[in-house]
Amino acid sequence: MSVTLESRVGTPWKKQPFIKNSTLRWGLLIIAVVYFTVALGSMDVNWSRVYLGLERGRRFVVAFLNPDFTSRATDIKEGMIESVIMAVTSTVVGIALSIPIALGAARNISPLPIYLVCRFIISISRALNEIIVAILFVAIFGFGPLAGFLTLSFATIGFLAKLLAEEIEDMNKVQAEAVKATGASWLQWINFGVQPQIMPRLIGLSIYRLDINFRESAVLGLVGAGGIGATLNTAFDRYEFDTVAAILLMIIVVVMALEYLSGIIRARVQ
Amino acid sequence: MPVKDKNGVKVWQVRDRNAQLIRWAMWMAAGIIFYVSWMKISDQTTWFFVFDAPRIAADIGGRAMPPKWSYITQLGKPIWDTLNIATLGTVFALMMAVPIAFLAARNTTPSKLFIRPIALLIIVSTRSINSLIWALLLVSIIGPGIFAGMVAISIRSIGFCAKLLYEAIEEIDENQVEAITATGATRWQIMVYGIVPQILPAFAGIAVFRWDINIRESTVLGLVGAGGIGLQLQASLNTLAWPQVSLILTVILVAVVIGEFVSAKVRGAII
Repeated sequence: MSVTLESRVGTPWKKQPFIKNSTLRWGLLIIAVVYFTVALGSMDVNWSRVYLGLERGRRFVVAFLNPDFTSRATDIKEGMIESVIMAVTSTVVGIALSIPIALGAARNISPLPIYLVCRFIISISRALNEIIVAILFVAIFGFGPLAGFLTLSFATIGFLAKLLAEEIEDMNKVQAEAVKATGASWLQWINFGVQPQIMPRLIGLSIYRLDINFRESAVLGLVGAGGIGATLNTAFDRYEFDTVAAILLMIIVVVMALEYLSGIIRARVQ
Repeated sequence: MPVKDKNGVKVWQVRDRNAQLIRWAMWMAAGIIFYVSWMKISDQTTWFFVFDAPRIAADIGGRAMPPKWSYITQLGKPIWDTLNIATLGTVFALMMAVPIAFLAARNTTPSKLFIRPIALLIIVSTRSINSLIWALLLVSIIGPGIFAGMVAISIRSIGFCAKLLYEAIEEIDENQVEAITATGATRWQIMVYGIVPQILPAFAGIAVFRWDINIRESTVLGLVGAGGIGLQLQASLNTLAWPQVSLILTVILVAVVIGEFVSAKVRGAII
């Protein structure tokens, strides 16, 4: 501290600015203000249309208070079952595909060429939005849950393999080395040296991904890839807000249940 | 230690018999569930189309392959709209997420019995519903356009930001708060000088992280009429203009990669 105590006594304390360099601070502030005025200006809102929509908004809120589960019960039931099936199968297949890719994408256990290939697969899967992949898969494989299942499996790779590879890279080397020293084969080495260390994380991530896959399967129906989304879209198009509310509430309940379940399982595993 | 007696020689095993049996039963159940689920999907699939898929994929790829580069002049405005939807949506989401996070955190909530559950309910319900569904809903309420997309993105982001933020608030160092309290600070002063400085890095990280996600999500909002580059994608898909589709997908991919790069750089600078 170059400032002595004497010189500071009597002067009031001032809060330190978040960004120390004052030109940078003011520059960023001015850029932000200019950007927001331009961006908000480019957003032409048709307020009379919004005002008209308020009535529909009110109807929607009312519908949320008394959702209609019965009049489209069979459609909702089938859509929900299809969504759950898609979520479960795609998570299983996604995990099965992710594990080898994660092993390949961990720099400490795989050679460089394999590492690069696996990282490339992961980044492709992460960069493409689920909906866009679903559109392409629907165009290629036709309408139905198969396209949704493939989309979600593909999306699971980017998520699970990336996080799992990071976990493998962070693992304790000593344990793996000890197993190797016993003369274990490569498979035994992975099975007894690496796998026990990443298992808790793998289980936690898998349950979390199941949750995400279910949520995503709810929108894939919008582009024809099966699941509850198709029912939801139809209900929206017919302005049956009470059915919409029922479907949305069911999605929320299932997601909450999955989150609760994953909390219990993760607490038990770790 | 579980051992197996094999011709009088003791062989080490990972698990004893009962644990092994339980595991087998669980794997069996999982296998059956998967098989039944798979059969349901299989029943609804026209396998002819699937076997035909490689040919169709090659066909579409062939049509799409030289992307129509001249079309890029018409994509400037949509990509600017997409960026605005993501950025403004994130900003508005953060404005709403901060108070909700403070109401939801165990150590700052005014009432654990009434207000905290309400805040948690808002977090869960906004988080569970995809932004595309919010957009669908808002398009039917306030009409198609960028505004609906922005509101959809911001509603979807509230739950995500508020959840991460309230977890950060719950993990703060109470000693600092206590020190500020000991100086005789008011409730607001405690908040500003005791809590906010501790969560500011987490806040900045969450903001940038969500902005990155929102760029990805706002590229497809146009499919339901909520503005951005998705509108062009939808129009090109509907007219089967595959060269335009491939160009739009390339542009989206570049935008996503740039967004991820920027967010990684900013996060690296903050943390």
